[in-house]
Amino acid sequence: MDAMTTRRPPVDHIVRTRDLYSSLGHEPYRWVRSDDPPPWTELEKPLPECRVGLVGSGGVYRAGQVAFHHRDDISLRVIDTSFPVSELRTSHFAYDQTDARIDPNVVFPVDTLHALVTEGVIGELSPRAYAFMGGIYSARRVREVVAPEISRRLAEDQVDLALLVPV
Amino acid sequence: MGLIARRVEADGVPTTSLTSALSITRSVDPPRAVFLDYPLGHTAGKAKDPELQREIVAAALAAVDELERPGAVKMLPYHWSRDDDWKRETMLGGDTRSHRSSSPEYQCEADRVLAAAAGDCPTCVFL
Repeated sequence: MDAMTTRRPPVDHIVRTRDLYSSLGHEPYRWVRSDDPPPWTELEKPLPECRVGLVGSGGVYRAGQVAFHHRDDISLRVIDTSFPVSELRTSHFAYDQTDARIDPNVVFPVDTLHALVTEGVIGELSPRAYAFMGGIYSARRVREVVAPEISRRLAEDQVDLALLVPV
Repeated sequence: MGLIARRVEADGVPTTSLTSALSITRSVDPPRAVFLDYPLGHTAGKAKDPELQREIVAAALAAVDELERPGAVKMLPYHWSRDDDWKRETMLGGDTRSHRSSSPEYQCEADRVLAAAAGDCPTCVFL
């Protein structure tokens, strides 16, 4: 690193959102705080033998699918991972999508995972990936509706490991 | 996404989560996370840099073998740019969110036409 470079700590997005909401006169958003420790499942086989499932919240859809709307959309898009990434699009209310639209792999790394299969780092990429638009306001809807649906589908797809890519 | 990670893991599938929002990740506390100190919208790397994307995603996958404690976060060594001025700009950025409407927001008009021509969308899951 250049001796003159000053590094700053990570952006605190909880503080940033709180400041933004209060500047707009909204109630402060109450982020989820988990007090119980996370669950834990051991990987049962070596990575090179694993089928990996991809889930991304960058608002990715494929040309031909219905795009996300920006009013608390909690729907999912099933993305066939055999189609070229050039057919992927993004629609998200919150983040700067400039780079994601140039190269969707930055929020939905399909080519990246295919390359890792070719290299033998992982066994295979699941034929189905799942995309939704993050920033869902209601934690209850995520817990009770979105999370069980995604989990059920990953189990059905018989993935050994899930890579989650939030935005 | 942390809530989804917790549910998937609880249902018996191990997860690894990339993140560029460390405070949110620490608060929601997914089983395993891998932190990349980049601006939002680049959780899996920089555009048109497949080698960097490969390193980042490979590091996220390797975390499944490396992290041994629930809630552990692996810190990646990459920097977005020579300095971290973008972080100050992010904090001062103001409200850049789009208008909230219930109509689909297509990336381009051609997508709207294509979706309309396709009719029912069997790969869209409306919850």
